[in-house]
Amino acid sequence: MKTGPSSKPGARGGGRASRPAFHPWYLVLLIPFIALLWPPFYAHDQPEVWGIPFFYWYQFLWFLLGAFITQIVHVATRPRSAK
Amino acid sequence: MINWTTLIIFVFFFLLVTVLGFIAAHWRRGDLTRLDEWGLAGRRFGTVITWFLLGGDLYTAYTFIAVPALVFGVGALGFFAIPYTIIIYPLVFVLMPRLWAVCRRHHYVTPADFVAGRYGSKGLALAVAVTGILATMPYIALQLVGIQVVLATMGLGGAGVGADLPLIVAFLILAAYTYTSGLRAPALIALVKDTMIFITVLAAIILIPLKLGGYGNIFAAAAQALPLKKGFLILPPPAYLPYASLALGSALALFMYPHAITGVLSARSGRVVRRNASLLPSYSIMLGLLALLGYMAIAAGVKAPAPSLAVPYLLVKVFPAWFTGFAFAAIAIGALVPAAIMSIAASNLFTRNIYHAYFKAVSSAGEEAAVAKVVSLIVKVGALLFVLVLPTQYAINLQLLGGVWILQTFPAIVFGLYTRWFHHGAMLLGWLAGMIWGTYMAASTGFRSPVYPLHLGGMTFNAYAALEAFVLNVLIAVVGTIVLDVVRVPRAADATARDDYEAEEPEMVAPVAAG
Repeated sequence: MKTGPSSKPGARGGGRASRPAFHPWYLVLLIPFIALLWPPFYAHDQPEVWGIPFFYWYQFLWFLLGAFITQIVHVATRPRSAK
Repeated sequence: MINWTTLIIFVFFFLLVTVLGFIAAHWRRGDLTRLDEWGLAGRRFGTVITWFLLGGDLYTAYTFIAVPALVFGVGALGFFAIPYTIIIYPLVFVLMPRLWAVCRRHHYVTPADFVAGRYGSKGLALAVAVTGILATMPYIALQLVGIQVVLATMGLGGAGVGADLPLIVAFLILAAYTYTSGLRAPALIALVKDTMIFITVLAAIILIPLKLGGYGNIFAAAAQALPLKKGFLILPPPAYLPYASLALGSALALFMYPHAITGVLSARSGRVVRRNASLLPSYSIMLGLLALLGYMAIAAGVKAPAPSLAVPYLLVKVFPAWFTGFAFAAIAIGALVPAAIMSIAASNLFTRNIYHAYFKAVSSAGEEAAVAKVVSLIVKVGALLFVLVLPTQYAINLQLLGGVWILQTFPAIVFGLYTRWFHHGAMLLGWLAGMIWGTYMAASTGFRSPVYPLHLGGMTFNAYAALEAFVLNVLIAVVGTIVLDVVRVPRAADATARDDYEAEEPEMVAPVAAG
């Protein structure tokens, strides 16, 4: 079935990288979920920064941290970076 | 009252992207009589184009109006858009390359194609296709509402026979270039749209606080004004669960929308998708900044007759007329990009998974694309009539329902990327239960709130209805699978193999040499 017309010639064995369903690094991706889906962590007024309540700057900070974490996992799980 | 400077600038940019839309047919030339060329632009988009396309696709004009409007109206709760658009990308990073890989290998164009191949079940595929179309239609209608809002602020519209003419003209233009150029049109226009939105947002978040005396003043003004309208600046404990469940439910739902999947499938490789998962958060920051415009509108003392007019009124109030025209054009063009992609995605679903599967076998690739093009027109005309004939509130209610509905396709699509453990019959039952219960919950609040108080064992959980329906959906799928397997209801064949999900397409630029 999988060698039907849709599978490409030379699909197997031609030095193709493959990505398994799970990689230990994927666990790191859970951090933003924990940090953001539990509002008691950050639903506070203080500490303020430049008059901006914690609730707001904490979440904005996570835009950067979230992107950073995804980027790290992306680099760490790149097939060719292994060896 | 019409400000002519604003209007002329607005019309100029609108015409500019119209020309681009038609030119797009010749961009990265492909045979536009094939569905994967018309509807997926030949799956050839690299990292940059995919970034603009997905960004332009996911952050719609309606989002730009609705998120600040919610913040303007209720305060902190509206900021659930931030956790929502952050946690979405780890999900995309892990899930979407698998979907891309299997769809590429088997030439699947829609999520329902994948479900049909994976489970061998036409019924389940139909459920996914119908849900996708149902959820997309009101979303397209809301893009029109977004255009309507800026047109109304410019003094166009109002009463009389000619009131709807500008909207109709805008939509005819959109329909025409989507028909001729397919997905290439919104991709090319997204480059312009995103640039314009970036300029607008940057100007707003720098200039407006300067006029209002800094962010401290803006938050102080919001803290004073919000309690008067029963809003709050800092999330109170009773709002924790609604906030978190809205963020999680919306994040799980977003990439089940057909237009989001269309954006993913048009990428050149799984690697492009992964790279975008780490690059798109920079787009989300803009949405967070836009949300702040809701507070700026409060601080600037904007008197908007409806919350949805808060941002347009704010822009008129603080910017010179020419820049307002530019900003309004950015919002209106911001409606055209997703509307085009949504109509393409809906017509792909209809053509492949309903028309071809149930009515008339499509014999050639040319016929398939021809049907899809016509359906994309019908979809858009339907959305236009929806907005012109029915009150705006209907579109908003239905879009809320759409979010509830689309999440019910998550188990079939995402679980299917990992396992064939689930029985297709059980998945169908779970989907049905989620659809019915989700619709009931949304209707019982009079569509006033996406949050439904669920009473369980003496406790009340105030959570996003989509997520509650999703939990029921999964429970039934699990129990149903066990039962159906025990009574030996036969399963159909799986057209996919493990390698289909995990194969990494070789990328031309990457050096193969090992170190």
